[in-house]
Amino acid sequence: MAHHRNRRSAQMSRESADALARGLGWFSIALGAVEVFGGKGVARWLGMEQNEKLLRAYGVREIMTGVGILASRDPTPWIWGRVAGDALDLATLGKGLADPNAERDRVIMATGAVAGVTVLDIICANALTGQPPQSRQLRWDYSDRSGLPKPAMQMRGAASDFQAPRDMRIPDALRPYTQPQGNEFPRPSM
Amino acid sequence: MKALRWHGKGDIRCETVPDPEIEHPRDAIIKVTSCAICGSDLHLYNHFMPGMKKGDIVGHEFMGEVVEVGQDAKSALKVGDRVVVPFTIICGECDQCKRGNFSVCERTNRNAELAATAFGHTTAGLFGYTHLTGGYPGGQAEYVRVPYADKTHIKIPDGLTDEQVLFLGDIFPTGWQAAVQCDIEPTDTVAIWGAGPVGQMAIRSALLLGAKQVIAIDRLPERLSMAKAGGAITINFEEESVIERLNELTNGKGPEKCIDSVGLESHVSMNHPDTLLDRAKQTVMLESDRPHVLREMMYVCRPAGVLSVPGVYGGLVDKIPFGAVMNKGLTIRTGQTHVNRWTDDLLRRIQEGQIDPSFVITHTVGLEQGPEMYETFRDKKDGCIKVVLKP
Repeated sequence: MAHHRNRRSAQMSRESADALARGLGWFSIALGAVEVFGGKGVARWLGMEQNEKLLRAYGVREIMTGVGILASRDPTPWIWGRVAGDALDLATLGKGLADPNAERDRVIMATGAVAGVTVLDIICANALTGQPPQSRQLRWDYSDRSGLPKPAMQMRGAASDFQAPRDMRIPDALRPYTQPQGNEFPRPSM
Repeated sequence: MKALRWHGKGDIRCETVPDPEIEHPRDAIIKVTSCAICGSDLHLYNHFMPGMKKGDIVGHEFMGEVVEVGQDAKSALKVGDRVVVPFTIICGECDQCKRGNFSVCERTNRNAELAATAFGHTTAGLFGYTHLTGGYPGGQAEYVRVPYADKTHIKIPDGLTDEQVLFLGDIFPTGWQAAVQCDIEPTDTVAIWGAGPVGQMAIRSALLLGAKQVIAIDRLPERLSMAKAGGAITINFEEESVIERLNELTNGKGPEKCIDSVGLESHVSMNHPDTLLDRAKQTVMLESDRPHVLREMMYVCRPAGVLSVPGVYGGLVDKIPFGAVMNKGLTIRTGQTHVNRWTDDLLRRIQEGQIDPSFVITHTVGLEQGPEMYETFRDKKDGCIKVVLKP
């Protein structure tokens, strides 16, 4: 089974993995917001009122991870962070199952949901790992469009006959400290 | 005649409107042979510029043939002349025009009071660019009335194609002025944010004016490939840290000269949280422009350096690190382009073959396809960098 999943991960393109990561990022933020702002309700629904503060802390973690996924050029470490977070969530839910709990069925349901997301996280993390971040493809190549009659470097300074108008010159005192020793190109007179 | 008219955000239509007529002895009527969609037209399309009214004819990059001349313009123009029309309307007689500051002509904005309310003092009238700048019908049309036509034109000699000279009306002198404002030294690194049409012109201008190295910053591979063709080192800001790379390329000192050819609609990205905040503020009208590029330039520019801002800004910006500007002694030069100040020289350079600005054109279509090309250009689809329309 594990072997089969690895093979599927290997087939997922970086583009698909990035798209999945973005989806998980938004999911993370949404779940985090629910846990932070509705922590009391969620804890009561699970019959785990004593864990309300812990749930809110997990919500903060989810939001930070989600922002990290969406803001980074390479979300791989953040997705692995999600996997670690999933393990924490499962451990907490496992404790909820082990303790006497009137809402045991709901905890089982939540555990199943978290396990499902964990599988997605692992698939995504595996697919991202080892594949460099994707560059936008160069579909339209304009590298032959210089607009210049010679190679660009040969045109450097070709307009040095131009006299910068006085109102656009830099005052002597403000000229950068890189003033050239010798004039490679003629300078307009000051 | 047919013309492209603005009807609201994302809504430009090709419609039939009455032909323009001579309204003043200094007017001329131009039959448009080529016009272009400018990056700053997108600010209107996306409705970030105030002062548009439904039905306004847009477009400020155009050229054509003179078909009618008012009595007082006959000394300078005759029927049949081929002209490029600068986007800034100039009287040629006021104090600012006499100084060559054509983009702040004191007389051509017929809504001068409105402009003065917004900006403190009036600026020049512009074609097809809001009622703040006069509400003059623009050039994405079959015919245009050119006010102050005896001064507001660039005569084109025979032997040059529309494509070679069309951009004398805006983006070429805009990129050129952006580089000139930098007063480039042969030892300078010039960093240019935005590799759109103005950025491309600024890259080549900085190269021709002798910059030691020119660095172009964008995220679109096709634009970066064109920038590279013009001699620029490229930075893809989606893949690299702009500040780290600029410091690497300048031995940790930063570029001496920085050019913002992006303006008020900088790209919104999770990688740059300030752009998210700016976008949110724009939505609730707490800020009109997104000045990410200005912030980055102010931060990375070498002390005693120059910031040149050809990119269009319309109103208010937040969280500008002015402490960096003051303490590093930066010089900021900006403004709409004083087109006619540069065009004699630039026309000569085109004639001599030093540069052919047509390199930037990626799409040429009929005027009636204008509305869909606005969308293509806005969304950067189909490798679109510059659209020319043929009425």
